[in-house]
Amino acid sequence: MGRPLRKGGGHPFPITTEPRMTALLEMRSITKTFPGVKALDQVNLLVRKGEIHAICGENGAGKSTLMKVLSGVYPAGSYEGDILYDGAVAQFRSIRDSEAKGIIIIHQELALVPLLSIAENLFLGNERAQGGVINWPETFRQTEALLKKVGLNEAPGTQVGKLGVGKQQLVEIAKALSKDVRLLILDEPTAALSESDSQALLDLLLELKAQGVTSIIISHKLNEVRRVADSVTVIRDGTTVSTLNAHAEPITEDRIVRDMVGRDMAHRYPERARRAGEVVFEVSGWNVWHPEHAERQIIRDIGLTARAGEVVGIAGLMGSGRTELAMSIFGRSYGRNISGEVKVHGKRADVSDVSRAIAAGIAYVTEDRKSLGLILEETIQRNTTLANLPAVATSGVINEARETEVAEKYRAAMRIRTPSVFQKVVNLSGGNQQKVVLSKWLFTEPEVLILDEPTRGIDVGAKYEIYSIINDLSAQGKAVVMISSEMPELLGMCDRIYVMNEGAFVGELSAAEATQERIMSLIVTE
Amino acid sequence: MNQSTAKAEGIGAYLLKHMREYGLLFALIAIMVFFQIVTEGTLLKPVNITNLFLQNSYIIIMALGMLMVIVAGHIDLSVGSVMGFVGALAAVMMVSWGLSVWITVPACILVGVAIGAAQGYFVAFWKIPSFIVTLAGMLVFRGLSLWLLAGQSIGPFPKEFQALSTGFIPDFFGVGKPNVTALAAGVIAVAVLIWMGLKTRARNAQYGIEDEPTAFFVIRNGIIAAALMFVIWKLSGFRGLPNVLISMVVLTVIYAFITESTTLGRRIYALGGNEKAAKLSGIKTDRLTFLTFVNMGFLAALAGLIFAARLNTATPKAGFAVELDVIAAVFIGGASASGGTGRVIGAVVGAFIMGVMNNGMSILGIGIDYQQVIKGLVLLAAVFFDVYNKRKQG
Repeated sequence: MGRPLRKGGGHPFPITTEPRMTALLEMRSITKTFPGVKALDQVNLLVRKGEIHAICGENGAGKSTLMKVLSGVYPAGSYEGDILYDGAVAQFRSIRDSEAKGIIIIHQELALVPLLSIAENLFLGNERAQGGVINWPETFRQTEALLKKVGLNEAPGTQVGKLGVGKQQLVEIAKALSKDVRLLILDEPTAALSESDSQALLDLLLELKAQGVTSIIISHKLNEVRRVADSVTVIRDGTTVSTLNAHAEPITEDRIVRDMVGRDMAHRYPERARRAGEVVFEVSGWNVWHPEHAERQIIRDIGLTARAGEVVGIAGLMGSGRTELAMSIFGRSYGRNISGEVKVHGKRADVSDVSRAIAAGIAYVTEDRKSLGLILEETIQRNTTLANLPAVATSGVINEARETEVAEKYRAAMRIRTPSVFQKVVNLSGGNQQKVVLSKWLFTEPEVLILDEPTRGIDVGAKYEIYSIINDLSAQGKAVVMISSEMPELLGMCDRIYVMNEGAFVGELSAAEATQERIMSLIVTE
Repeated sequence: MNQSTAKAEGIGAYLLKHMREYGLLFALIAIMVFFQIVTEGTLLKPVNITNLFLQNSYIIIMALGMLMVIVAGHIDLSVGSVMGFVGALAAVMMVSWGLSVWITVPACILVGVAIGAAQGYFVAFWKIPSFIVTLAGMLVFRGLSLWLLAGQSIGPFPKEFQALSTGFIPDFFGVGKPNVTALAAGVIAVAVLIWMGLKTRARNAQYGIEDEPTAFFVIRNGIIAAALMFVIWKLSGFRGLPNVLISMVVLTVIYAFITESTTLGRRIYALGGNEKAAKLSGIKTDRLTFLTFVNMGFLAALAGLIFAARLNTATPKAGFAVELDVIAAVFIGGASASGGTGRVIGAVVGAFIMGVMNNGMSILGIGIDYQQVIKGLVLLAAVFFDVYNKRKQG
C-alpha cells in the first residue's frame, strides 16, 4: 500500500547520501499560548541543511501554528522557546524578517494574482525596477531563467489565471526561488494537484534538494511523505511525538499514522458486512459536453449500477471527469447537451434540476465542502435542514423547534463535536464540517449517495468516522457511489470499482480483483 | 471572587458579545434623547412624532425590500428613481387623465412590479451585476419621470389618495383626545411583543440555547415597552395613529416573519451566504434572485405612492438620492455588503436612526451641507463598529 504511483520514468527513491548533520534550523521548546488554549507545548524541530523534512499531524495538531511562529506571523516575544537559524538565535518580527533570511512559505491557498502575468507575479513587491520604473527586459529574462529551473514551460507573459493549479504551484516555487530561498516551506502542496502534477512537484523538490535548498513539507499524503522525506516530525495535540529518520530506519505509513493518532490503526477501514441487494441506481448511455466549448465531450457513454448496500468506487486521475459525471447526473449541475438515462429503483428518474434529483432520491456530497457544500456563516442547524426545508415546515413556515430536534438528532448520530447546533459551521474542524454536509444529505432521505472525495482535507481520526458512517449507510440499504483520488481508500471501502479515464469508464474491478497496480495499468494502457 | 462580581462579569461579557443588537436600539434611543434635549423638547412633540413617521415611512418601506436584496447578495440603486417615476405616473393618471384612485393605485403597483421584474430578469437570468442593471434603471426612470411630468409638478390629488399617507385612524371609542384606539393598539402591541419574547425564551431554555440574562430581558423589554407607550401616548394626544404608521407596522411584521420564519426567507439567506452551495441544495437561486427584485419593485411603487400622497403633488425631484438613504439604513441596521446576513428589525431601526437625525438636525436649523457630512460619518461609524466587533471576536 502507498507505493508511489508513477507514469513512466519519474524519480527513484531518494538515494541515501551521507546525511549532512549540520542543522539549518532548530526550534527549541516552542510554546505558544492563545487565550485559554495551549496551541504548542514544548515543540522541538530540527531541520538539517539540504534535507526534505516532513511535518505530519492531524488537523489542529499545531502544524500551521508552528510554521507561523517560524515565519514571524506570530512575532518573537509572543511565544516561548528559541529559534536557532543558521547557528544564531533568530527573532523574526514579521514575515518580512523571515523572508529576508531566505525562509519562504507557500501556503495551501496560493497567493498569486490571477489577472497578472507570470513575470509580474514572480516579482510582485520585489520588482526589477529603477526609481520605480520596471525594467521589463530584465524581468522577462530572469523569469525565463526561473521557469526553467522549476521546469515550467510557459511564456513569462502568460496570465497566471490561465494556468492549472499544478502550474500555479510551480510559479509559487519560482517566486520563492527569486527571493533566494534557503528554507522552503510547503503547506499541503499537493492537496489540490492531480497525481501526475503531484509527482512532478515532488520531483522538483528532490531536484531543489540536490541544488542545496532545504525544505519543510506539511502533508497528509503519507505515501508522498515516504517518497521524498529524509526525516519526519510528527506532531500531536501541540507536542512533538516523534522524529523519524529515513536514513536510519525505513519509515512506514503505519508508523506515522500510529504516531499521529496515538493509537494503532491496524484497521484503517472499518469492517463491513458486504451484502449487495437489488439494483437501486442505474445510469446508462450518459453523455455530457463541455458547458463552454460545445465541441468537447467530457463524459462518454457511461453506464453505472449500484446496488442496495453496495459501495461502488470511481477511480481515476484528476481531470478524468469523475466530478463532472456526478455533477451532471445531479440536476445537470455541470455541462450541456446531456443525454442518457438515470433510474432509481428501476424507475426512470427526472434529474433535470437539483430539486428534482433530490426528489428522485439522489444526494451528492461535493468535493469542495467549503465553497459548494456549506453556508459557512450559518449555523449547523440551518445547514442541516437546508436541502429539505419543507420537512421542518408547515405550509412554508418553519417550525424551529422541529428543526432543532432534527439538527440535534444528526449531531448525536454523526457525533459532530460542537457545543451546540447553533454554532456556525465556519468554526468547526474539517471532519466535523463534513459530518454536517453528510447530515444535510441524509436528511433528504436519499436512496443513492454520491460522495465526491468525502475525506479530502480531513485528519486520519475523522476519516475513520466518515468511513464508519458510510458503512452504516450501506447497512441501511442505501447505494453509495464513492469518488476518490486516494486509491487505498477506494480499495479499503468499495465492493466494486469503476476505473475512469478521459471521460469514459475503462474498466470495472471487484474488490477481490482490485489493486492499485491494476487500476493504474487500466488508466495508462487506455 | 464572590458571586456578585462573577455575575456582573457574566452580564458584561454578554453585553459585549451582543453589542450590535443592543447597540443599535440604544443608539436610536440615545440619539432621540440627545435631540429631545438640544431641540428643547420639539423632537418628541406629538405633531413632530407624527411627522417623523410620515417623513420616513417611504424609506422604511423600501428598506424592507432592500434588506432582502442585500441579503441575497445584490444591491438596487434604482429605487429612488422608480419611486419618483411611480409618483409621477400616479399624478399623470389621476390629474391629467382624470382616472379614479381605484384604478391608479393598482396600476401603479403593477408598473412597479413590472419594473422590478425587468431589472431582476437581467440580474437573475443573465447574471449582469445588479449594480450595473440598477444603475441603468436609476438613469432610465429618472429620465422617464422628467419626461412624464415634462419638468412640471403635478397636483393636487383627490382626497382618497391623500389618505394613503396623511389620513389617521379614527377613534372608535369616540373619546378623541386622548385617542383611545391608539392607546389600545399600543397596549396590545406591547403585550404581543412581551408574549413573543417570553415564548422565545421558553423555547431557548428547552433546547439549552444560551439566552440573555433574565435581568437583561426585563430591562430591555421594559425600555422598549416604555418607549413604545410614550410614543403612542404622544400620538394619541394629537390625531391618533397615522394610516401610514399602520401600513408600515403591518409590512414590517410581515417581512420580519417572511425573513425569519419561512422557507422562502431561509432560502434567501442561503442564497446570499453561498449561492453555489444553495443551488446544489436544490434551491432555485435564479428564481429567488428574480423574486427579490420583483418585491423591491413592488415596495418602491408603494413608497412612491405614499410619498406623492404626502406632498400632494408629484415633482420631478421626488425620490432623488433616496436610494442612498435606503441602502444606508440597511447597512446601519447591520446587514453585510457581501450578503447572507441582516435583519428586518435592524433595517427599520437603521431607517429611524437616519430619520431622527434628519429631523432633529432640520429642527436645529443645521444646513443640508453639514447634515450630509454627519449622516455619512454615522454610516461609516456603524459599519466600522460591525467590522471591528467581528475582528475582535474572530
